[in-house]
Amino acid sequence: MKILKIFIILFISIGFSHLKSNEKNNELKSKILKNIRCLICQGQSVYDSESEFAFSIKLIVDQKINEGLEEDQIYEFLKEKYGDWVIYDPELNKNTFILWLLPLLLFLSGGAIMIKKLRFKN
Amino acid sequence: MKNNFNLFIIIIFLIFCFIIFYKGLNNPNTYKPKISNKKDIPIFKAKDFNSNVYLDSEKIFEENTFYIVNIWASWCVPCRIEHPLLMELNKNKLVKLIGLNYRDNLNNAKKFINEFGNPYSQIIIDNNGTLSVEFGAYGVPETFIIDKNKKIIRKIIGPINKEIVEEIKLIIK
Repeated sequence: MKILKIFIILFISIGFSHLKSNEKNNELKSKILKNIRCLICQGQSVYDSESEFAFSIKLIVDQKINEGLEEDQIYEFLKEKYGDWVIYDPELNKNTFILWLLPLLLFLSGGAIMIKKLRFKN
Repeated sequence: MKNNFNLFIIIIFLIFCFIIFYKGLNNPNTYKPKISNKKDIPIFKAKDFNSNVYLDSEKIFEENTFYIVNIWASWCVPCRIEHPLLMELNKNKLVKLIGLNYRDNLNNAKKFINEFGNPYSQIIIDNNGTLSVEFGAYGVPETFIIDKNKKIIRKIIGPINKEIVEEIKLIIK
């Protein structure tokens, strides 16, 4: 009877840990898929798309997660195949620095103009 | 003087915006990913179309020759359009054609080959499209030219045409 109880507890705890890891993987998968651009759709992420391409990417991401790859490694894999454009969140490099720096420059120059105007008024 | 400077800045800004939008409008709406030149072929295992036996990529690309990997499917209309050109390319002894059957029904794919002819020296099956992703493809039809060093040197998105066939012939010469 005691052995049976231990067995049941073990079975339940293994089941729960398996469910939890599945849940974690699903969350990671959704996060990654929402950050991947569907290259044959207009403005849709792979997560939202039902295209053949999106279907294949969903399977590949699933496969890579199960292989134990980290989020960044999966992005690197996709970038190597399709270029930086496949990722919605572009990293700072020589091709994207204008994209990152322009808003900052506009913000700073706008701020400088405002300060100058306010000082002039005072 | 100050007003003139402000006007100058506004005009420069408007010209800048105009150039950006004008260039944007002229760009084609379809995205064609840039691939780095001379990418290695992926390492994979795939099922053979005829024997159903799993083959290693090394075995598929073992000969010291140019290869053309063509992604096709029986349900793909542009694939029917490019098929006669693939049959023509098949006559060239300097290149080997590998067909990658993309997310297809095997019976329909076999009917397609029986009806239109088989230009491929080998056909491998990509049931779920993941193998095509390994190649960096995003649809069907798509064609990759692989040189003798087993590097992908050219990627053609969409059906091939006569100009592309001529270009391929020049590359493999």
